[in-house]
Amino acid sequence: MNAQHVADFLNTVLIHPLGLTLAVAACWPVIALACLLRPHSIRYVARFLFPAGALVCVAMFLCAGTFLISGHAPEAMILPLGLPDLPFHVRLDALSAFFLMILGLSGAGISTFAAGYFRSGEGTAPGLLGLHYHVFLASMAVVMLADDAYLFMVAWETMALTSYFLVTSQHRIPEIRQAGFLYLLMAHLGAVCILLCFGVMQGGSWQFTFSAMRSASLTPFWATVAFTLALLGFGAKAGLVPVHVWLPEAHPAAPSPVSAMMSGIMLKTAIYGLLRITFDLLHVRFWQWGVAVLALGLFSGVFGAIFAAVQTDMKRLLAYSSIENVGLIFTGIGLSILFAASHMPLFAALALAAALIHALNHSLFKSLLFLATGSVMHATRQRSLGKLGGLIRFMPWVAALALIGTLASAGLPPLNGFVSEWLLLQAFLFTPQLPHAFVNMLVPLGAAALSLTVALAAYVMVKFYGVIFLGQPREASLHEAHHSNWLERIGLGWLAAGCVVIGVQPQLALHATGQATGMLVGRAVAPEPSIWRIAPVAPEQASYSGWIFMAVILCVVAITFLAVRLLAHGRVRRTAPWDCGYPWQNSRMQDTAEGFGQPIRHMFGAFFLMERTLPSPADLTPRYRIHIEDRFWRVFYKPLASGVQRLADAVAFLQGGRLSFYLLSSFLTLLGLLVFLLWH
Amino acid sequence: MAFVWQFAEVILAIALAPLFVGWIAQCRAWMQSRSAPPLTQQYRMLRKLFSKDVALAQNASPLFRAAPYVLFATMVLAAAIIPSVVTDLPFARAADAIALIGLFATARVFQSLAAMDIGTSFGSLGARREMMVGFLAEPAILMVFFNAFLLFGTTDLTSLVDNHASHPSVIDPSVIFAAIAFVMVLLAENARIPIDNPATHLELTMIHEAMVLEYSARHLALVEWASSLKLFNYACIGIALFLPWGIAMHGEHMGAVLLALAALIVKLALCGAGLAMIETLSAKLRIFRAPEFLAMAFLVAVLGLLVHLLLGANPNA
Repeated sequence: MNAQHVADFLNTVLIHPLGLTLAVAACWPVIALACLLRPHSIRYVARFLFPAGALVCVAMFLCAGTFLISGHAPEAMILPLGLPDLPFHVRLDALSAFFLMILGLSGAGISTFAAGYFRSGEGTAPGLLGLHYHVFLASMAVVMLADDAYLFMVAWETMALTSYFLVTSQHRIPEIRQAGFLYLLMAHLGAVCILLCFGVMQGGSWQFTFSAMRSASLTPFWATVAFTLALLGFGAKAGLVPVHVWLPEAHPAAPSPVSAMMSGIMLKTAIYGLLRITFDLLHVRFWQWGVAVLALGLFSGVFGAIFAAVQTDMKRLLAYSSIENVGLIFTGIGLSILFAASHMPLFAALALAAALIHALNHSLFKSLLFLATGSVMHATRQRSLGKLGGLIRFMPWVAALALIGTLASAGLPPLNGFVSEWLLLQAFLFTPQLPHAFVNMLVPLGAAALSLTVALAAYVMVKFYGVIFLGQPREASLHEAHHSNWLERIGLGWLAAGCVVIGVQPQLALHATGQATGMLVGRAVAPEPSIWRIAPVAPEQASYSGWIFMAVILCVVAITFLAVRLLAHGRVRRTAPWDCGYPWQNSRMQDTAEGFGQPIRHMFGAFFLMERTLPSPADLTPRYRIHIEDRFWRVFYKPLASGVQRLADAVAFLQGGRLSFYLLSSFLTLLGLLVFLLWH
Repeated sequence: MAFVWQFAEVILAIALAPLFVGWIAQCRAWMQSRSAPPLTQQYRMLRKLFSKDVALAQNASPLFRAAPYVLFATMVLAAAIIPSVVTDLPFARAADAIALIGLFATARVFQSLAAMDIGTSFGSLGARREMMVGFLAEPAILMVFFNAFLLFGTTDLTSLVDNHASHPSVIDPSVIFAAIAFVMVLLAENARIPIDNPATHLELTMIHEAMVLEYSARHLALVEWASSLKLFNYACIGIALFLPWGIAMHGEHMGAVLLALAALIVKLALCGAGLAMIETLSAKLRIFRAPEFLAMAFLVAVLGLLVHLLLGANPNA
């Protein structure tokens, strides 16, 4: 009888996946309010409510995953909420489900980690943190479910505000307040662009539901305006160069689980928004848009990787690496627009699948790495790469799990980062078939830029892992570095397992994107020939098998190990490292983070604005200092800021404080509006 | 049957790789009028290393001890994927040429991480130089594979060899450019002159030697064996891309396989001699000239690509 009930329940659930998803998402605000009951109790909030939030994430992952696998039709609903005559519309389709899946998958790991991470006495009270954190999660889910511009903007702003409060949770530090303000400013500039974009897209119907926008027909000019606004607005959220400046400031300022959440999930909401508008809501696409997105994406990729390589703060390094990965995702989207507008749906689907899978992969491995830096910071109280080192001996768990994230982030087989980069390169192979002269010759060079980005990412990751976890401890205090607690390890382990599973069995991810690409560009990538490997276009053209990679490498390692032991011997003698005949070496003589960035500074010097002070030979206390600045600040942002300031000064006379002047200006405005009305 | 060929080919690669390195050393010695070491010198060195005790630094972590095995395993996997004697290989479909680049990158990253593990200055110096050469070489080699894709519509090495065999008349000028670029990348990736000198122990110039400075005995043997396998693999990729004639097709009889084996040995001997000649004729570059060398390789490959596209764009060509 019980089984019957369960089956009935499952049936109703499968019939109404949207209702279930909403119910799951509604659990987060409930948890958020529950956080306020005992806001100062770390045991109640962190050890009880955060794991509950993690379970909700798992439920969300399962909901979205079953929706994707069952191939359910899109489902829409009108909620009895919102303003009078403006009810909220929600809709669950393959695109939303894919991104909800990312939210659930990474969110589960991050929340579990956060349960072990937050300590009392660090900035904002735990209850308030919990409130913001869970409202943040819920608002991201609502962004992905919204089916009208009104609900979308409400959720989008809630997301920006809650994440602002989370970033500034250590608000007593002036730099963090500054970083938070910059983030809020950029978030709002982006939001204004998105709002204007919706305004253009309603196309004169004054209907702000997405279904009305789908049927609106825009002239090519207005469609391009809408697309440009969307690219700017969502690009600002995603960290696309040149609107990336907030990202390397805000991500390091936030507590590590929040950085992980922002980098792993929040950046993906921007990807979602751009895909929703470009492929779903706008009815036309031009190949020139694709070229623009492609160029911006590739530039962001190379830019992010180069800047990541010269950073000395581990979280800033990861933040720049996020810019690089967002660049790769945009590259995929740009390629997809280019193919879709040239009526090559299979290749468009391939590029789009690569972008979607990279969004998923980045969310997993970047969250993992940000969380690992959190463990390192708690264990050592250091965040500068120059003061770390050798932690693999004191924190073996974190080191082992971070190694998986590092290898995945470096785009190495058989882990997940490689899969999406491989798919993207496969998509690039078909660009010479594009029907546009010259574009089809120049775009293949994009593949070279892409592979440069990926290889630079490997360089960055070797630096990240090598300087933090390998070598000798650069400070004596590191010998006291303590282990992470078990909740942190579970959180890291969950994300690491995701990296390995998608790397070894990429068919799962490719299958999950099938619905979404089918909806957006009308094709899914060719079905896989077997469960053992993926072959996006045709098996004789190219194929890849994570299973064989993993299995052969593990088998050969085992066989070689046994063979060496059996045929030779296993004797080991422990000695001091070879000192080149100079026995006074110490741990400070190791290669530093600056040293590791030196070849990059040498080769890509034009990208940086460098100030370097070198010690003179006679210095008794020699100091070496290098300051590296983003050229965009000086070229783009500082003039903009001073321009705004000048404009504000110019109109400041209006605010003289005299009532009569205010009344006069109101009167003149009214008069002007009347004239305007009459004139029309 | 296919699995037998697969297994035999892997064993062949593992066995022949040190011989190939020995052959290059011998050719080089002849060209430089030195008396050459015996061809089996590499095997003797491996035997000596396997019988010695490992001298392990006190602070070596498990990563350091595991890395030689991982390196060796990645190179064995690459040897299993590259068609050198027959094309009917069950593992060959596990990766196309682009995934092979990824596999080599895995080996490179593991070697660099292991080099940083002990925390001596040379280790991380070598690691950073190795990664630098890596990110410079990858775009160039990708362009080479791109070119092959444009010619034969596949990046899968076995299909490439099959397509090559079925269109023996296709000789495109772009192939020459691609071959030059490929040889340049091969030299850089395998720590050969002019980027690195396999015979040096002069600290300021070395890359590969700096990374393996802390390894000894069986670990060093595996690292060295893996690097000779890497050179062998690169040579086999080059043969599959540019000189695939003679590689046996699927389901053929013993005679064809023996012929393919003979062809492989002749081709490898010629390649080895060619490499030795290049190394004899050129001098080692300063490390900061390496970007120029690899940028040149990239430009040559791109030139090949553009030549192909421009000729392809003209229907009369």
